[in-house]
Amino acid sequence: MRSAVGRHPMPEHDNSVVIENLVKRFGDFVAVDRINLEVRKGEVFGFLGPNGAGKSTTIRMLCGLLRPTSGRARVAGYDVGREPESVRQNIGYMSQRFSLYNDLKVIENIRLFAGLYSVPASLLKERIEWVLEMANLKGQEHLITATLPGGWKQRLALGCAVLHQPPVIFLDEPTSGVDPISRRQFWDLIHHMAEEGVTVFVTTHYMEEAEYCNRLALISRGAVAALGTPSELKKAMKGELLLVECEPLGEAVEILQSAPDVIDAAVFGRALHLVVPDATAAIPQVKKYLSDHGVTVGLVDKIHPSLEDVFVSLTSTPDSGKEWEA
Amino acid sequence: MHEKPQSAIIADELTKSFADVRAVDHLSFDVHAGEIFGLVGPDGAGKTTTLRMLAGIMPPNEGTARVADFDVVHDPEKAKRHLSYMPQRFGLYEDLTVDENIRFYADLFGVNRTEREERSTRLLQAAGMREFRRRLAAKLSGGMKQKLGLVCALIHRPRIILLDEPTTGVDPVSRRDFWRILYELVSEGVAILISTAYLDEAERCHRVALLHQGRLLFCDTPNNLKAKLGKSVLSITSSEPRRLRAELESVVGISSLVLTGDGLHVVVDDGASRIPEFEARLKNASIPFNTIQQVTPTIEDLFVNAVGSGAPSHA
Repeated sequence: MRSAVGRHPMPEHDNSVVIENLVKRFGDFVAVDRINLEVRKGEVFGFLGPNGAGKSTTIRMLCGLLRPTSGRARVAGYDVGREPESVRQNIGYMSQRFSLYNDLKVIENIRLFAGLYSVPASLLKERIEWVLEMANLKGQEHLITATLPGGWKQRLALGCAVLHQPPVIFLDEPTSGVDPISRRQFWDLIHHMAEEGVTVFVTTHYMEEAEYCNRLALISRGAVAALGTPSELKKAMKGELLLVECEPLGEAVEILQSAPDVIDAAVFGRALHLVVPDATAAIPQVKKYLSDHGVTVGLVDKIHPSLEDVFVSLTSTPDSGKEWEA
Repeated sequence: MHEKPQSAIIADELTKSFADVRAVDHLSFDVHAGEIFGLVGPDGAGKTTTLRMLAGIMPPNEGTARVADFDVVHDPEKAKRHLSYMPQRFGLYEDLTVDENIRFYADLFGVNRTEREERSTRLLQAAGMREFRRRLAAKLSGGMKQKLGLVCALIHRPRIILLDEPTTGVDPVSRRDFWRILYELVSEGVAILISTAYLDEAERCHRVALLHQGRLLFCDTPNNLKAKLGKSVLSITSSEPRRLRAELESVVGISSLVLTGDGLHVVVDDGASRIPEFEARLKNASIPFNTIQQVTPTIEDLFVNAVGSGAPSHA
């Protein structure tokens, strides 16, 4: 696979996305509240947050589709407020729900996007070849897009999004619903591009996708609530996690919610997940507390928090119920 | 601890073909009262088609489906009386408020006013939506819309609930609210069949049918499923996951190596005993790594192991 960057006129930057005190207000509602972030060139960066946390608003600003109220953001070296057109020419965008024309052939979709992104005629043939090779679709050019398996469509959509060799790409839940094998292949491809210097900005609700990112930012109420690698974030969780097998579960949750030193209790399948300040100390206490209250206790064990546990513990402020569409 | 389970839903050799595609292929399973049963698999696994057949809105080509002891093909009206089906796009009226939507569905199902008030107050409370009763459905976030759909689908106290990918596009916090409502319902003896494309969501179900291309791969509790892998999983954190993978690629006994954002996920025979060997190997090759630890296998590991990774691009 040939490099997707290198011939680009843009000067080299260590940081492909630089966000400084970025603010967006809609009336008196502050959707994005002084966000600061730097994403390095060649990084796969995940942007997570509940519905209504300000994620989509931020992405729209970064893509040059929405003017910030105040603060600055530079994407691929261009200011999103003052040079939105240059920003748009230097990014690729792909979404799970987006975008391929299902009733067109593979090759027709590629040509269409090449036209939309103004790929110069002199480069067209080479870029089409590159996409077919990258997406492993050689020999399949004349298949109707609708008939492709999910994983192939995903790779074709990615190929179309990077036809114009953008230094920065935005992916929105790129592999939701795709089978795990295709998903793993897709992320291999993404990591390969990143290694060649493309910066990848991923938004997702799915922790399975978040695990593939080098670093993650958790957005809550318009601000950055946590920032780090997946394993750093797992360590950043408030408290430790216990798995508690007991019966009846519903009663146990209610009892534990009012127990001393319990941060959170939730049903998880046939067991409970309990957040406590110190797991080792809590194990005998929880066992005793539950049996004192007439609950039959089975296994109680410390478990590693998942990214989802961290996400919930750091962002569980009530949903404002709104999704701000610009 | 449990009484003898009672089957609320029985799928027996259900089969459905569209043109030359067999969407559902001799699928059999049963769902008990008081249990959350997950139909889990990627897009195209046959989840929606199965739910439509069980809801009595699409006849199977072969096999039978019984809901609340009624055959859905021969007695659809009787089966439907006990059933609530929430399709992927549930019909909320965007220009009605939350309360008005609930009232509409309550009237449709003949729920009286007292019962409606009592039931909707409790469900909205569990959904974390009590302050939003007067908001237009159009002004709700995606997660809230899904939760409102669930409240409407549950207003008439159905005994059996079919939910088609209700949490797609819903953030993890709202997803937890959603599951809290489901757990509360099953404790009242309701049977819930839920489909999801997210394999990690399978862990929340009591039992799971793992589907691939219309066929049943496995059906069991999440814990038993993970035990079926018969291999262990090691997680290695490293600043250079690609070099790490290249180094381990030729090692005997490793069946899969998956790059993650800050390391490598390794599926290997008898993992724990091999940690020292891997550590020595990586030190020898001067590949930086932080920790190697054994982690619990995921349902995804099982799925990939069962389906196999051969002929990747021509699946």
